[in-house]
Amino acid sequence: MSLVFAGIASHAPGITGRAHMADAAVVQEFHGAYRRMGERLAAARPDALMIVSAEHFANFFMNNMPAFAVGMANDYEGPIEDPEWLGIARRKVPGDAELSRRLIREMMQTVDVAYCEEWKFDHGIMVPLHFLTPQYDLPVIPMNINCQGPPLTPLHRAWAFGEAIRRAADAVPQRIALVGAGGISHWPATPDSGKINEAWDREFLRAWTSNDREALLSYSDEATYRDAGQGGFEIRAFIAIAAAARGRGMVQHYRPIPIFSVGCTVASMDIDACRT
Amino acid sequence: MSLYQLQKFLFDINRDPNLQRRFLADRAAVLAGYQLTAEERDAIVAGDIGLIYVLGANGQLLMHYAALLGMEWSAYIGAMREGVRRYGPVRAGLYAMTTRLDEKVANV
Repeated sequence: MSLVFAGIASHAPGITGRAHMADAAVVQEFHGAYRRMGERLAAARPDALMIVSAEHFANFFMNNMPAFAVGMANDYEGPIEDPEWLGIARRKVPGDAELSRRLIREMMQTVDVAYCEEWKFDHGIMVPLHFLTPQYDLPVIPMNINCQGPPLTPLHRAWAFGEAIRRAADAVPQRIALVGAGGISHWPATPDSGKINEAWDREFLRAWTSNDREALLSYSDEATYRDAGQGGFEIRAFIAIAAAARGRGMVQHYRPIPIFSVGCTVASMDIDACRT
Repeated sequence: MSLYQLQKFLFDINRDPNLQRRFLADRAAVLAGYQLTAEERDAIVAGDIGLIYVLGANGQLLMHYAALLGMEWSAYIGAMREGVRRYGPVRAGLYAMTTRLDEKVANV
């Protein structure tokens, strides 16, 4: 039928795995905002959740790295990480292979995506689901953009991917919710973990909320690596959501929480009905 | 050039519980399937997270592997910093350390 919800959120593993190491009130505020995003998502009565993430070698390796991948299975499982370390129990997550097939067929008209009949989730998808669909009762269509192994997917292709998602969502009878999961500036999985460039994040979120395509696509990988760390490459997931929704965004929560390694973000975006 | 093989080992073991069990039972037998240098093999057998970090393994692969070994967060961060102190700067990849050796980020 159409896209009925669009938003973005952080997916860092510390959000669940190291919650006990952060100030309780700060955690509560962020986790509360994340759960309320789940409530708004549910209120849009979606039939499925398309989630764009930047996975981290849970499925895709440098032997065969897709620029874009979309899951096409009736169920998935995760997390691959030690469940205790992540703070999320290992489980099956429902998918919808037939819906995936229809969406992929339409997306492929403009963007070459790899389809995946197997997919194991890491924190990149498990952390968002933990807050957004805590009952794991909504079919998930996982999607990945290569933000990890250079050569990376170019930003303008992430935009084209978002446009393809929108066209596909509008072409199926189901009501589709769409979430982008990733980080803005961060230096995860290094001794620098916890370093956050708040000014850089706020400028990115300004461009994202105003759906400023030119500004969003103006980041070079060299500047991003210098100013926002290798984690900053994950802006691709957020850019795809702006391209799909084409509306104005609103940030419900942004706050650097160093022990979570990221500026913790929850934001939603209006869906521009005028877009063709 | 065997950094690729080192990372392939991390990729395989991180996502495959059967391989994890085989590795814990007989590390050498599992590692025989990968074309590793002696330095890489020894780092894995010793669980030397600092050296694997310095060799240039992608940080996400290494983070999941450290979790698999049961390292808690501050020990894992400390091991990477100790690796740079002992073996010098990260030799490849995108996960270089940009803070000082004596610096504590996020209080760990």
